[in-house]
Amino acid sequence: METPDQIKSRLETAVPGAKIEVLTNDCPAGERSLLVDPAHVLAVAKFLHDDPQLRLDYCSNVTGVDWPETEITEQIKVKQVVDGVEKEVEEVKKTVRPGFHEVVYHLYSMELKHGPVVLRQRTVNRDAEAPAVSLTPVWRGCEFQEREVFDLFGIWLEGHPDLRRILMWDGFKGFPMRKDYVTPDDFEYEPTPHDKVLAEARKHYPPEVKA
Amino acid sequence: MIDEGLRSELQKQGIYTTTLQELYNWGRANSVWPLTFGLACCAIEMIAASMSRFDLARFGAEVFRPSPRQADLMIVAGTVTKKMAPLVVRLYNQMPEPKYVIAMGACAISGGPFKQGYNVLKGIDRYLPVDVSIPGCPPRPEALIHAIMTLQEKILNQKLTGPDRPRHLVEGAPSEFPVPAYGEHDLEPSSNPQLWQPPAIKR
Repeated sequence: METPDQIKSRLETAVPGAKIEVLTNDCPAGERSLLVDPAHVLAVAKFLHDDPQLRLDYCSNVTGVDWPETEITEQIKVKQVVDGVEKEVEEVKKTVRPGFHEVVYHLYSMELKHGPVVLRQRTVNRDAEAPAVSLTPVWRGCEFQEREVFDLFGIWLEGHPDLRRILMWDGFKGFPMRKDYVTPDDFEYEPTPHDKVLAEARKHYPPEVKA
Repeated sequence: MIDEGLRSELQKQGIYTTTLQELYNWGRANSVWPLTFGLACCAIEMIAASMSRFDLARFGAEVFRPSPRQADLMIVAGTVTKKMAPLVVRLYNQMPEPKYVIAMGACAISGGPFKQGYNVLKGIDRYLPVDVSIPGCPPRPEALIHAIMTLQEKILNQKLTGPDRPRHLVEGAPSEFPVPAYGEHDLEPSSNPQLWQPPAIKR
């Protein structure tokens, strides 16, 4: 199968204007993925699906990733003039990276028996106004998995035929897989070996009576 | 009541005596019909128990009924999610008296490994009166058979009169239990206080 770089170069000629980036991966498998901007992701998906060399006709997995707003600290060397002498001084630079959502697709070819190709798309922020694009029109099997991504992460997928909750009930508030989801405080007395649970449950114990 | 010694003496002569209570309980205990429904992996063990290798039919409990109207026993086999819990309670309400509940496996008893999750009910005993609990994850089919035998023993020892009589013979005792509603994060109410209270802390 072609490498992500080869796919990228072919995609850039096939889908003009598409911003494609090959993301590296630090894990031992080192599987690289294609990051595509939401405006062109549908055209890119169609190409991956129909291209005779790739024929990625099977979307095996769709998942979401929540990236909350984080402060990145990095040490950089800055040249400063101290007492008329130019010196290199280390400075801590803090930047705030805005939060965003990511939808990850794992694509295989049943016909040519190769894969996976990992496709990612990112939203601008974590609100409903910044949707990702649904790939259900290309791979019909994405429908339920994209609904799950919507249900648990709150990623609105434009073009999805039936975007409703699938695992939680309709009146449920919030998105439980988001990093900032606060689980309901329904702890009670229980003997447990889990320190975190015990600490939460302690708050519900009756106040200790001192003799 | 007939004297035990006389009864055994009569039996030797081929005369069998019994009481209505014994006959009634014997009939009930040996025809416990479970409701066909499984919620998670425990259901696979329940299916295995009903098949030929473990043969639940030996205990008169092989007729898994496809309708709650014909079932006596609800085997809560598996994880009860908060989304599923109202439906389980509704199924129980649709069963005719006398009816029994077996909580099968860690999840049905307490939520099991998913107890601190946002979507799993912390035990079906919060909404339904459980007769027998089977620990295990999942319990072996033998454990389910043991639970059925325990339930049979419980039925056989029930007295039809007096204050300890079974619920279905008590005038005004509830046969249906309130079905919880879906709230914003949890079920409302999160338990039935008449059936379940949080465990008291002892110091």
